[in-house]
Amino acid sequence: MIHIRRDVCGYCGACVSVCPRGALELIDAYLTVDETLCKSKCKICSTVCPLGAIVLEEQ
Amino acid sequence: MFYGLPAWGDRTGGTMKEAYDVLVVGGGPGGALAAKAAAEQGLSVLLVEKRPAIGAPVRCAEGIGKEALAEFIDPDPKWIAADLDKAVLIGPDGTKFTIGGEHAGGKVGYVLDRKVFDRELVWQAAEAGAEIQVHARASAPIMINGKVSGAVIHQHGKTYEVRAKVVIAADGVESKFAKWAGINTTVPLAELETCAQYIVNDIDIDERANLFYFSYTDAPWGYIWVFPKGHRCANVGIGIAGTKSGEGHRAKDYLDRFIAREFPNGKITELIVGGVSVCKPLECTVADNLLIVGDAARLSDPITGGGIYNAMYTGRLAGEVAASALKKGDTSKKALMVYDETWRNGHLGHALARNYAVKEAFIKMDDAKFNSIVHSMTDLSLDEITVKSLVIAIFKANPWLALELPRLLLTL
Repeated sequence: MIHIRRDVCGYCGACVSVCPRGALELIDAYLTVDETLCKSKCKICSTVCPLGAIVLEEQ
Repeated sequence: MFYGLPAWGDRTGGTMKEAYDVLVVGGGPGGALAAKAAAEQGLSVLLVEKRPAIGAPVRCAEGIGKEALAEFIDPDPKWIAADLDKAVLIGPDGTKFTIGGEHAGGKVGYVLDRKVFDRELVWQAAEAGAEIQVHARASAPIMINGKVSGAVIHQHGKTYEVRAKVVIAADGVESKFAKWAGINTTVPLAELETCAQYIVNDIDIDERANLFYFSYTDAPWGYIWVFPKGHRCANVGIGIAGTKSGEGHRAKDYLDRFIAREFPNGKITELIVGGVSVCKPLECTVADNLLIVGDAARLSDPITGGGIYNAMYTGRLAGEVAASALKKGDTSKKALMVYDETWRNGHLGHALARNYAVKEAFIKMDDAKFNSIVHSMTDLSLDEITVKSLVIAIFKANPWLALELPRLLLTL
């Protein structure tokens, strides 16, 4: 699953726009992930993040 | 219909009604112009902005052309941070090419103060009669028979079902609303510029020049900008392609290296981050009862990343088309298609198509080619800052490009 480092995230929404499963959402100033949609395989969100706020954790 | 309907007269949100003619999702320039245009036609309009404040946090380098801006609003010193008369393109080896300057005839552009500018636009929408609700987030469309018919709105811990005959999705780069309604708005990773920007104070800059640094090494498949914001102060930022980003080489890493090299004594007073799409626009920007505008429709410029004008233009158009469709009593996809056709077949659609082709042609060049192009340009003077005039000048000075990019000239 993906882990969002809230102290690093700049809540910009870049990851939201590229998530192919629509699993991410920016609720005001915090990013959320819908784990029923995220498959944690594509790594697109952790790649695109300008700050490095999204890390993939082993199950 | 309502979950937890607040008591009448509750000023913290109780004014939200059960139904409107038009619901606008997002309070940026696109949403503000859409709400204003629709309200001016006498429609009942609700604009919801999920942030507690309009205009903040800024997600923008804040540059806009003077002529483009003048289509919508008279310039006001309140929200103009800098008045520019030239743009300077800087190649990988530091060679500069200036466009505009003394001969620009008072044109070129502004750097805005978006926090103030966005509030002004939303205020104008409110003055026109639109209802504004902040810290109010749309979490899902209401779908009836497969058609958008409103949205579920969360505000101050309460949930509302707000019906609307037309919804205008102006929710920016995230573009979730249209996605929830079944439209694929996902940006390909290679076509999402991931950006970081500092406001840097106490630096030596030309306060009338926007600088653009093009270098694969320093900003792969993107560029670095220095946009003045007044005395010894500038937005200094970078966008790189999503596919060029990764651990240790993210937008902020590149920007920190640039700042250390160019402005080692600068004082950083703000960090913002963001994403800008440089892909083609959505294949279709309407559905039954739904119009999609600005960044949410993937209408930011593929070369510059600029999106303010495109959002304002499509926002206003969407508001007008919604009003005209409502008057005729038909807000089907077919009836709203005039919105898509108007922007796509007009100057905006043509500029986006051309700039996409130009971006595709130039983005993957290596630094040796960038250097060669900038060197060839230094003796030229170009007064007009348009993509077309710039590309023609580049081709004239670099005949070899016609062999590499034979089809590009046809798109101009």
